[in-house]
Amino acid sequence: MVTLADYLFVSLLLFTIGFAGVMLRRNILIILMSLELMLNAANLSLVAFSRFRISEDALPNYNAQVFVFFIITVAAAEVAVGLAIIVALYRLRRTTHVEDLTRLKF
Amino acid sequence: MPAWLFWIFALLMLVFGAAVVANRNPVASALSLVVSFLALSALFVSLNAYFIGVIQVLVYAGAVMVLFLFIIMLLDLRAEEVRSLNWTAVGGGSAVALLFFLQVAYVIAHLKMGRQTIAHLPKIPTDDVHNIGMLLFTKFTLPFQLIGVLVLVATIGVVVLSRRESR
Repeated sequence: MVTLADYLFVSLLLFTIGFAGVMLRRNILIILMSLELMLNAANLSLVAFSRFRISEDALPNYNAQVFVFFIITVAAAEVAVGLAIIVALYRLRRTTHVEDLTRLKF
Repeated sequence: MPAWLFWIFALLMLVFGAAVVANRNPVASALSLVVSFLALSALFVSLNAYFIGVIQVLVYAGAVMVLFLFIIMLLDLRAEEVRSLNWTAVGGGSAVALLFFLQVAYVIAHLKMGRQTIAHLPKIPTDDVHNIGMLLFTKFTLPFQLIGVLVLVATIGVVVLSRRESR
């Protein structure tokens, strides 16, 4: 049988992959994709908790699923704004490599 | 859902998630991300969260990934050339990720609730769209309205950002 810890562990692995992507990759588009992976890992653990904490009328706890709905909405808005910023940046500097974008570096 | 299906989809999700980070070509990364999201939506279905699974396919695998591929096509990105790596940054980044992983894995391994197996539901909750909708419009009305404002602001922000400067 699949336990809650299995779901949480898979979610943790996905989050770590996304985290490593943000830390290690230098392409700003891949960094944005890794951010999406991290958000989805959080969603998976939320839905797992929702399913494993059954309410009195034998239904999953839907509060967590509403929260996941909000996270997906915010993530979609974040991707739209992030990609618009990347396009504006590319138009200005002709690169998506973060090491070439050092204008704000102190 | 049988346990072996859970492990197949979890493995699929993790392998293609790793492929997102490992691929040099942004198009291959984006397509791996689509497969990873589809496997994740299968995991949502295994948790009886049918609405979230459908939303995952529609919003992520559909809208967000099309946006990503569209931008990659627009910017005409090719596989990036191999640059000399900054080894202190790579070592530091991996160390932080590994530390984070070990810390949370320790917490999960010692979680009492974690040993709980998936409980059998007397009735499969196929009307979860109704249940989530009822919660959205009763208990979570204010956050729902705020999300609407957020999406509006994001739309305006994208329009402003992508407008060409007139001079």
